Amino acid sequence: MPTVLTQTVPDARGRFGPYGGRYVPETLMFAIEQLTDAYESAKHDPAFQAEFTRLLNEYVGRPSRLYFAERLTKEAGGARIFLKREDLNHTGAHKINNAIGQALLTKRMGKKRIIAETGAGQHGVASATAAALLGYPCCVYMGSEDVRRQELNVFKMRAMGTEVIPVESGSKTLRDAVNEAMREWMATVETTHYIIGSVIGPHPFPMMVRDFQAVIGEETKQQSLEQIGRLPDVVVACVGGGSNAAGMFYPFVNDKSVELVGVEAGGRNNKYGEHAATISQGKPGVLHGTFSYVLQDDDGQTAPVHSISAGLDYPGVGPEHSYWKDQGRVRYTSVNDAESLEGFRVCCRMEGIIPALETAHGIVETMRIAAARKKTDVVVLCFSGRGDKDCAEVARLVQG
Amino acid sequence: MNLVDTLFTRLRAEGRKAFMPFLTAGDPDVGTTARLFSQVAAAGADLIELGFPFSDPIADGPVIQASYTRALNNGFKIANLFAAIRSVTSLPNFTTPIVGMVSYSLIHRRGAEAFVSTAKDSGLSGLIVPDLVADEADHFAALCRKSDMKLILLVTPTTTPERAAKIVKLCSGFVYCVSVVGITGERDKLPAELTQQLARLRTMSDLPLCVGFGVSRPEHVRHLKDIADGVIVGSALIKKLEQGGTQAVIDSVRELSAALR
Repeated sequence: MPTVLTQTVPDARGRFGPYGGRYVPETLMFAIEQLTDAYESAKHDPAFQAEFTRLLNEYVGRPSRLYFAERLTKEAGGARIFLKREDLNHTGAHKINNAIGQALLTKRMGKKRIIAETGAGQHGVASATAAALLGYPCCVYMGSEDVRRQELNVFKMRAMGTEVIPVESGSKTLRDAVNEAMREWMATVETTHYIIGSVIGPHPFPMMVRDFQAVIGEETKQQSLEQIGRLPDVVVACVGGGSNAAGMFYPFVNDKSVELVGVEAGGRNNKYGEHAATISQGKPGVLHGTFSYVLQDDDGQTAPVHSISAGLDYPGVGPEHSYWKDQGRVRYTSVNDAESLEGFRVCCRMEGIIPALETAHGIVETMRIAAARKKTDVVVLCFSGRGDKDCAEVARLVQG
Repeated sequence: MNLVDTLFTRLRAEGRKAFMPFLTAGDPDVGTTARLFSQVAAAGADLIELGFPFSDPIADGPVIQASYTRALNNGFKIANLFAAIRSVTSLPNFTTPIVGMVSYSLIHRRGAEAFVSTAKDSGLSGLIVPDLVADEADHFAALCRKSDMKLILLVTPTTTPERAAKIVKLCSGFVYCVSVVGITGERDKLPAELTQQLARLRTMSDLPLCVGFGVSRPEHVRHLKDIADGVIVGSALIKKLEQGGTQAVIDSVRELSAALR
């Protein structure tokens, strides 16, 4: 469980090298400074960390398993493939780690209400769950296009007493849900905490969400040593905003023998507006309160994005990923819609595990890497979520 | 002398307050916006706040965001806007200061230095960057100072006195005092604490204090006349434009500015 890590980034101003910072309206600074102080004190408070760990273990079901995927390994025909099973967490994805952490912070700050944004609905469900667990009213903003694509998660949130607000502005997806949640936060900042679902937004969110998710990488490290007797050779994770990847990679950053690979959404093709491969194709700019790689036009207007996966359908990325990219510490690549559907199919058939479409992007890259490596090598994929939420959409795409 | 300073020096001497309408650039098109500059100036605008459309304006309410979306859907490009501003500000009898409200994303993409210099060449007198807080603004404030471009920063009801002190130090031209907690848009009433907020700022700075966010009605304007140096009206005018076109905006500027006299 999350021991406090030695941190070199971000600095006190929330900068990961040139990236990060706070590009927000002045109205939010009060809450952001309050949150920064609350998180700093919670991070060093053994009682807070103990409560967080207790809920992760007893309620979420951690530690999640590190599983040797024997048939996927045979299919790829190279290195051994292991899956870090975040899909087995309560609510079916890694998102719950962060939601529990921030809900506990909400309590610590004495705020009365939780709001969140969601793309695929996994973070919305995680926030709704944490809110129900700790007894807070909760309101989730979700693009109306995603409400359509993710009916099951909308039902789950409502069942747990959360109000789901469809967002009709802009592209009606994750980015617009973030805009709307930020606005709502501005209007109710004195009494409301905004649980951002990824390593994005103004400082301290990218650092704090990474820390709450770092349990993934820490467990993986320990399990690798126990099960394999050494660290893995490659660690792979899909990257939308980048929270599962940040949580997985961060504990490995100083282990230079471990290659780290982030997989973005290649969408339909490489053309403007047809993908969500922010680091692979974007440029540094400002979006949603942080300075990081972003997909924009020449004027600085945010580009339209597309991915088959609602959770990767985002034109920005966490600032720490931009830093890792520039440092050359993490290699970022992309997998397109069609390839990820094939990854989805192979994983279902070979392992009896239905992956989230986000995770399916990672499966494809993991099998490619494994195929190119020797049989004694080990590749670990952060298996970020299960695919129940995507079944209807996949059925529609495969049959349509 | 920067036109913003000229304006407030004159108004102070006359014992008057500034009426400052907000217009969205390029809604419905840049040509219409450029014509509105002279029309609203003739109707009583002392300073024009010009919103640069942005795809993700987190500080703005639904009315201004919809207006930005219309402009972007109609093909708004920043280069065309600068040319249109230039065509009006270069007229010898046009002395109304125009201040751009620009999200930092747009400034960064062009390069901060290039943006300020292009803005200066176009005849803009100042910039309001709603998502650039004082903590991040040192470099940009220095660039603006070098070009005699006013950098107007915002103070809100949640701003602590320590933050306010830093903000007014970096700020130039006037201080943008946000009247309410939240986003732009009309409100029934302005909060009572506003008077104290302004009084506290008076002790920190000699800059003119102008109030915006939530101001929409003549009675708001009359109330602010006694405590502020200027009044900014945005969403209410954009709604007029949506419903009644440019003539409705001009009529509304005439009515609201008269409430200041």
